[in-house]
Amino acid sequence: MLGQAISEVFVYGFHMTRKEAGNPTVAVLIMLSIILTCLGVYDKIAQWAGAGTAVPVTGFANSMCSAALEHRSEGLVLGVGANMFKLAGSVIVFGVVAAFFVGIVYWIFGIGLEAHH
Amino acid sequence: MIYLWAFLVGGGICVLGQLMFDVAKLTPAHTMATLVVAGAVVDGLGFYDPLINFAGAGATVPISNFGNALVQGAITELQNDGPVGIITGIFSITSAGISAAIIFSFLAALVVRPKG
Amino acid sequence: MLHGKQTWWFDKRPVIIGAATVVGPDEGEGPLAADFDLVHPELDMQQKSWEKAERLLLEQASEMALKYAKVNKQQLQFYIGGDLMNQIISNSFAARTIGSPYLGVFGACSTSMESLAIASLIVNSGSGEYVMAGTCSHNCTAEKQFRYPTEYGSQKPPTAQYTVTGAGAAVVAKAGKGPIVECATIGKIMDLGITDPFNMGAAMAPAAVDTLQAHFNDTGRQPKDYDLIVTGDLAGVGHPIAKDLLKRDGVPIDDTVFGDCGLMIYDVEKQKVQAGGSGCGCSAVVTYGHLLKRLQQGELKRILVCATGALLSPLSYQQGETIPCIAHAVAIESPMHN
Repeated sequence: MLGQAISEVFVYGFHMTRKEAGNPTVAVLIMLSIILTCLGVYDKIAQWAGAGTAVPVTGFANSMCSAALEHRSEGLVLGVGANMFKLAGSVIVFGVVAAFFVGIVYWIFGIGLEAHH
Repeated sequence: MIYLWAFLVGGGICVLGQLMFDVAKLTPAHTMATLVVAGAVVDGLGFYDPLINFAGAGATVPISNFGNALVQGAITELQNDGPVGIITGIFSITSAGISAAIIFSFLAALVVRPKG
Repeated sequence: MLHGKQTWWFDKRPVIIGAATVVGPDEGEGPLAADFDLVHPELDMQQKSWEKAERLLLEQASEMALKYAKVNKQQLQFYIGGDLMNQIISNSFAARTIGSPYLGVFGACSTSMESLAIASLIVNSGSGEYVMAGTCSHNCTAEKQFRYPTEYGSQKPPTAQYTVTGAGAAVVAKAGKGPIVECATIGKIMDLGITDPFNMGAAMAPAAVDTLQAHFNDTGRQPKDYDLIVTGDLAGVGHPIAKDLLKRDGVPIDDTVFGDCGLMIYDVEKQKVQAGGSGCGCSAVVTYGHLLKRLQQGELKRILVCATGALLSPLSYQQGETIPCIAHAVAIESPMHN
């Protein structure tokens, strides 16, 4: 619901379509979850909220931020850089692979190549 | 009204995630990966856009939208550039989200320490 | 001396002449707070990393234990220790500070009794005059290594346990004033096929039961010969399971008080620790901090501490392996009744 409120701001404030407002909304939520992670509060909220904080894209940002903070002690390159995607990696890998296959299916069946929207 | 649907749909997807944690005993990584793939497939079938129009942020905020966005990017480029577009377009829409997460996480790691 | 199949009987009656415990903030808010020698108010202890903080705990505990034992570093012959970290680095680096010949052991959360048993064996066999046993654990290093980054919002199920931030060290000598280490039963690996690392209590309970039964068989003793029998960290889920298993096998465990360090160190109702405490530090600080004091005062005459450990690694879990567990039991007697 918070996302919807932010989204409405983008739609009316910036005159974007609902779809276009999707991205900036997500960006704001990502920043919010990173701030909460840095304050050390995200994990306490999550113990209570469970999937309510993990499933939204805030969970994605929290996983990257928490991994980055934790591995700072191993340096910026080997610690932060290498470990940032420890948890988010699976989401990205599987998302990309799935999108790839959907794309192939669309191409093979020639779906929507004339007029998608 | 859209707030109600945003709440119900977004909440519903989260409940699905919670069931995956508690009943199916899946790890967060497994659950998120599944929801992303589900989002991609639902969009492939053409149902995700209508869901966004109907539920607003209830459909764009959960991680399933990530899968939807990846597919949208791939399809758009497929239409513009042909089959190569599938690969060149995948990250076009999600770039904002991923870049924001990387950049801000990195900056955070420079100044903040974990609190345990 | 070997008694039965797997119990060492210490006929020369080695004595714990000094022990110390250092803990973190959560333990300092628990019911045993007054028994610990030093409570740190912050989890990071002003160190640059969680790992450095864990090391500091052990260095402080070992230094204080030597002070209480009135033994200086040059007199200490051997140090036996272990912890949860990969390659037990907390102990390697602390041993560097301690400076004496060092034997590193890995028993996960059973390390406290494993190291105490070995230290007592060395002293009893005349192979060393002053030997120290120590171990430590830290909530954040354990989370970072075994589970998720500490700020990650993953929801822990109620069966999960909370790793104790604490270190305990004890100096064993062949004579002196203090609780006496009578015997130790070394455990075997038990693996009943449990794979869930968020439910280690259930995985470890069979190991505790197996070692306790072996102890009773080897020594000919019964639960009533002890004023208190404690398990290391079976906590809210594992402890009732262990009790049931013992009763099912006809062991009269109700003849004595049967407790668990993981349930003693925290107020499970008030503190957010899910099922209770775990970690190498759990049994170490409860035993060396709280139980030894009760033995010294004569409130307890003889106790049996059965520390339990889950011997999995993050990789073994990812590869779908089950969790092998072990338990080591040490019997300690009060100096007041001799």
